[in-house]
Amino acid sequence: MADEVVEGLKAKFGEAIKDVHEKSRRRTYITVDSDRLPDIAEYFYKDLDCRLQICTGIHMEHGFEILYHFAIDRADRIISLRVILDLEKPSIESIARRVPAAEWIEREMWELLGIEFRNHPDMRHLLLTDDWLEGNYPLRRDWKDWRGGEHDTSE
Amino acid sequence: MSLKIKALTKSIWVFHLAASPCNNCDIEILDLLTPRFDIERFGIQLVGSVRHADAILVTGSMNRKARQRLKRVIAQAAKPCFVIAIGNCACSMEMFGKSYNQMECLDNVSEVHAYIAGCPPKPEAMIQGVVALIQAQLAALKK
Amino acid sequence: MTPVNRTQIIPIGPYHPLQEEPEFFKLHVDGEKVVKLEIEIGYNHRGIEKLAEGLTYDQVPFLVERVCGICSTSHPFACVNAIEDVGGFDIPDRAKYIRTFIGELERIHSHLLWLGLAGHFLGYNTVWMWAWKYREPVLDCFELITGNRNHYAMFKPGGVRRDIEDEDIPTAMRIVAGLERPLLMFAKIAMADPVLQARLKNVGILTYQDCVELGALGPTSRASGVPWDVRKDHPYAAYDMVEWDVVTTENGDVFDKVIVRVLEMLESVKICKQCLEKLREVKDGIDANYKEIPPGEGIGHHEAPRGEVFHYVRSDGSNRPVRYKIRAPSFMNVPTNNRAVVGYTVSDATITLAAIDPCYCCTERTIVVDADNGKQLMGWKELLRLSQEKTRKLMERYKSRMDRVWI
Repeated sequence: MADEVVEGLKAKFGEAIKDVHEKSRRRTYITVDSDRLPDIAEYFYKDLDCRLQICTGIHMEHGFEILYHFAIDRADRIISLRVILDLEKPSIESIARRVPAAEWIEREMWELLGIEFRNHPDMRHLLLTDDWLEGNYPLRRDWKDWRGGEHDTSE
Repeated sequence: MSLKIKALTKSIWVFHLAASPCNNCDIEILDLLTPRFDIERFGIQLVGSVRHADAILVTGSMNRKARQRLKRVIAQAAKPCFVIAIGNCACSMEMFGKSYNQMECLDNVSEVHAYIAGCPPKPEAMIQGVVALIQAQLAALKK
Repeated sequence: MTPVNRTQIIPIGPYHPLQEEPEFFKLHVDGEKVVKLEIEIGYNHRGIEKLAEGLTYDQVPFLVERVCGICSTSHPFACVNAIEDVGGFDIPDRAKYIRTFIGELERIHSHLLWLGLAGHFLGYNTVWMWAWKYREPVLDCFELITGNRNHYAMFKPGGVRRDIEDEDIPTAMRIVAGLERPLLMFAKIAMADPVLQARLKNVGILTYQDCVELGALGPTSRASGVPWDVRKDHPYAAYDMVEWDVVTTENGDVFDKVIVRVLEMLESVKICKQCLEKLREVKDGIDANYKEIPPGEGIGHHEAPRGEVFHYVRSDGSNRPVRYKIRAPSFMNVPTNNRAVVGYTVSDATITLAAIDPCYCCTERTIVVDADNGKQLMGWKELLRLSQEKTRKLMERYKSRMDRVWI
C-alpha cells in the first residue's frame, strides 16, 4: 500500500513531487510544488478518499512550511504534504473550495502566521479580536509583544 | 449598604461567567448543582441573567476578546455584587500569563471579593470559599 | 419566495445562560426556521501553541492538559504519542494498559457529562441530574488512581507518572462494573422516553456526505455511518490488545448521536475491565525513561470522546519543541453546524448545536437556546393534566418502538 500511493502520485504529478521521506510505515512526508498543491490535495481527497486531518503552518529559517496532513484510515497511514513558501511574502492558492474541511484552518493560519490564501471564500479573523493590530502575526518567530504599547487600542 | 449586604448573605444567586477557561472549573461549578453536592439546599442558585445575580463566579484567564465582554457584564450587574475568582487561572492567570492573547489579571479589571485557588478547585473548596465570604461579610457588619 | 429582508437575526451569546463557555452565534431566522448560521469563536483562545514552544518536553503534557478540562487526558495522550513518534520510541506494556484505562474512563465521564447537558439543553433537567449522579463514581475512581478529579497529570513521554497499585484494582473494578447497570438504564431510557424521541428524532440530520466533506469526527460522524475511529484504524497504546467494537448508526440525527454515545460507554466499560485484569499480570515497568528527543517531526493522535485529537511536534534536537500544533475535534465538528442547523426550527437549534458535544476550550463549545418563552398563565393542576395527556399521546405514537425495548 505504502508505495502504491507514492508511485501513483509520481505517475500523475511527476515533476511536482520534489521529495519523499518515509519516516516509518505509518508516516510519510512528501514535499510538493506549491503551485500544484491544490490539485494534489484534491487528488488525495477525492480519488484516494483521504481525510484531511489538519494543516500545520511553521515559520522556519528557510521559509514558511505548510503541512497538509491526510489520513488514510483503511491503511493506518498519515501522509503529510509539505510545501515551502517564500519567507518575504508567503502566498498559496486556497484549497477550501475543493476540500471544505480546510476552510477554518486556512483562516487560522492567515491570522496567526500571515500566510496569504488566494481565493479563500470567507477570509476573516477566526480566533483573535477584530481590532487585532494588522501585520502582527503571533506565531511568527520574530513576533514582538505589542501589548500595552501605543498600538494597543483595546478598551 | 449594610442592609443590602446582609440580604445578600441569605441566599446567594450566582451567575457563571466563563472568561476563556479550560472548562474544568465550569464543569465543577455545574457539578455543585447536581445530586452529590446539591448547593441549592443552601439557597445558592445559578441564574441566567447577570442582573439577577448576587455573586459572579469568574473562571478562566480572560483573553482579549473575553475581557471586553467581561467588563460589560460586570458593569451590568446590580450592585452590590460579589466577584469570586474560581481557579488558578482567574486568580493569577497561571501558565497562560505570558501568552499573546492575554492582557491582564482579573483583579486589574474588577474588584475581587474571594479567590478560590486550585486547578480545578474541588467542589467542597468552592462551597467553603463562598461560606468564608459570607462569614467575612457578616463579621464586617458586626464591627 | 421569501424576500431577503424578512430574515431576522437572533444573537446567542457570547455570555448566555445556557452556555458554560463563551461563544457567539448569529441565527438568521425566517419565522421559526433557521436559514443561516454564523459562528464566531475566539473567546477561549489562549495561544497554547505558542506557549508550548517555550516549554520542555516534560512540561508540554501539563500545558496541553489544560487545553480542555473535559478531555484532559486526550490532549496529553496525543501529545505523548507525537513525542514518541519523533524518536520511534516504544513503551512498556503496563504503561500502555494504564494509558488505555485512563483514556476510556475519561470517555465514560465525558459522555455522561454530555448526556446530562443534552438533557439540560432540552429543558429536561431530570436527565441532567441522573447522568451526573452516575458520573460522580467515575470521578472518584480518577481521584483514587491519579489523585485529582480532573487534570490527572498521568502522562509523560515514555510512559506514565504513577502506577496503579494492586490494592486499588478491586475498588476500581467495582466502580467500573457498577457503571454497567446505570448505562443500560440510560440506553433503555433513551430508546423509550417519549420526550427524548419527540425532541431528538429526525432533528439536525447530518448526512454521510456532509461528514466526509467537512471532516467531522468522533460520535458526530459515527452517528452518520462514517466508521472513522482512530483507536481501530491507527491502533496505539493497548487498543489492539483488548477486545472492543466501533459503534456506528445510520441516521445522523441527534437521537442517533445519543445512542452512539451511550453504546460507546458500554464499550469503554468493556475495555476498562480488560485493562484492569491485565494490570494484575503485566508488570514490566511504567516508564521507558527516554532522555533525549532526536531532531525530526512526529504526529500523534488519540480518539478523544469528541473525535480525533491531532498533535504535531517538530523537534530540532533540543529539549523544547520548535513548533507544536494542536487540532481538537471540535475544530472540525463545529463547522458542521452550518449544515445541521439550517432548515430546522429555532427550538431545535439548541440541541443540534449541542449534539456534536462541542468544546470551545479545545477549538479554541456551542449551545443555543430557544428564544420563545411563552408566559405560563395556567395553574399547576392544569399543567399537570396537560403534561400527562401529552405523555400519553406520545407514548401511543412511539408504542411500537417501546415494546421492543422493554421486552
